[in-house]
Amino acid sequence: MSLTIEEVLKVAGLARIELAEGDAEATRDKLNGIFGLIEQMQAVDTASVEPMSHPQEVAQRLREDLVTESDRRDDFQAIAPQTEAGLYLVPRVIE
Amino acid sequence: MIHASLTQLRTALDSGKTSSVELATLFLDRIERFNGTLNAFITVDRDHALAAARTADARIAAGEAGPLTGIPLAHKDVFCTEGVLTTCGSKMLSNFVSPYDAHVVALLKRAGSVMLGKTNMDEFAMGSSNENSHFGPARNPWNTDRVPGGSSGGSAAAVAARLVPAATGTDTGGSVRQPAALTGVTGIKPTYGLASRYGMIAYASSFDQAGVFGSTASDCALMLSAIVGYDARDSTSLERPGEDYARVLADAGSSAKPLAGLRIGLPEEFFGQGMADDVRTAIEAALDAYRDLGATTVSVSLPNAKLAIPAYYVLAPAEASSNLSRFDGVRYGHRAAEYGDLDDMYRKSRAEGFGAEVKRRILVGTYVLSHGYYDAYYLQAQKLRRLIAEDFRRAFEACDVIAGPTSPTTAWPIGAKADDPVQMYLSDIYTIAVNLAGLPGLSHPCGFGADQLPVGLQLIGDYFEESRLLATAHRYQQATDWHLRRPAIAA
Repeated sequence: MSLTIEEVLKVAGLARIELAEGDAEATRDKLNGIFGLIEQMQAVDTASVEPMSHPQEVAQRLREDLVTESDRRDDFQAIAPQTEAGLYLVPRVIE
Repeated sequence: MIHASLTQLRTALDSGKTSSVELATLFLDRIERFNGTLNAFITVDRDHALAAARTADARIAAGEAGPLTGIPLAHKDVFCTEGVLTTCGSKMLSNFVSPYDAHVVALLKRAGSVMLGKTNMDEFAMGSSNENSHFGPARNPWNTDRVPGGSSGGSAAAVAARLVPAATGTDTGGSVRQPAALTGVTGIKPTYGLASRYGMIAYASSFDQAGVFGSTASDCALMLSAIVGYDARDSTSLERPGEDYARVLADAGSSAKPLAGLRIGLPEEFFGQGMADDVRTAIEAALDAYRDLGATTVSVSLPNAKLAIPAYYVLAPAEASSNLSRFDGVRYGHRAAEYGDLDDMYRKSRAEGFGAEVKRRILVGTYVLSHGYYDAYYLQAQKLRRLIAEDFRRAFEACDVIAGPTSPTTAWPIGAKADDPVQMYLSDIYTIAVNLAGLPGLSHPCGFGADQLPVGLQLIGDYFEESRLLATAHRYQQATDWHLRRPAIAA
């Protein structure tokens, strides 16, 4: 398998990482090297194997739907790039 | 004093021979003197450290000291530390002062330990050489032209150079054991789920596990005892009673054959081609030493181990692509200076904030999870993960611990693999399978290869067999002195 430049640009778009056209080729070559390694997986017949998603196969715990955190909004917003009146500022989304 | 074990430091503190302030000052001065050469620390926090040391001295004077009260240590910069810069080795978080402590950090703080600073690492723990740090590579104290390993390279280098007696790390694919091996220190990662991941910046959540570095198994036992335990804030934290690993070591009696009855499994796949000759010589000698201590060795097989790297490089990037989507330039971290709409802000902030290897893994992960490829990659890798875990289960029917090399080579020159991700990935060939299965693993020094570079032996245990791993390494270290060798910088 090998990725095309178009596929690399599409994946970068999905991942929200700007990729300059000029860097796409070098990125593709590196990714294709990695996929060359990954392809070794395909040689194994796993038809009867159950996938393992996690080393400890335990169920997720449930808890009461109660407030467990104190309000630390000011602390958390102090490290944000841009805030105003307790809100995070981003470019206008809805005209 | 810089070579003292944690137990010796404890005795010195409790008897009044030294104080925590004196110890902190001693090691802070060493950091100041050598960090320019080693780049093991990203942040040094003298003021907080001395304040914590004064508090520790008061606790000791009041007779309220625990095993780690007043002991200086360092945290890998992947752990959130309240009020202290927490970069994760990334430009993305180069301005991130954490508003809270990771659980591991809080436990060690409560124990009265004194954090001197935050150690260098591969960005977001993605790497095997520490060269992927935004803050430049940490260097190996045995030869500063060599890598210290990664991703916890700064912690390993700091302990090896005695800039700090012990340190924390994390191990997702070998990131505690491999740098421990390359710098000649002891490191252990426990069973997945034993130490809380709360506040440990996530890379691949079903693999990430906190671990520790020390110069001996006994020091690691003290550190590990302090960081394990159930934490409701980590959904995969295991509800098990804590263990005092240090007491287990002290309880082991003394005899000429202290390891009599121990069956050490040697996976044939770990002793084939690919292991450098100098590493093989040191490993074989260590196995002879283990046999002299009474252990027997048996051949075991991990037939799917060779698939661990390909499977890992699907699963870990998939998890990373999801975990790292939180870095959006909105709530914390880097935001591009110039951008158009919201989407452009995300794309530019992430392009600027992440380094090349992190971007590659996000792209690989995004691709393998994208529509039409899920079964061929992600599902297939999860199936291989089960085959690998079952290999270990079968092997542990015939043995108590598994031994082999930690790394196929000793520390390589800085730059040698920096432009070849696949070669870099292959350097974790002996460590990654352990993370896929979620087993505990330890690396201890067992000799030197060419150019006087340390070799590490890896011990792998069955689930929750940390005590056995530490006790086995402890017995070896009581009979040998490789763990006492120091690089010239710490002479």
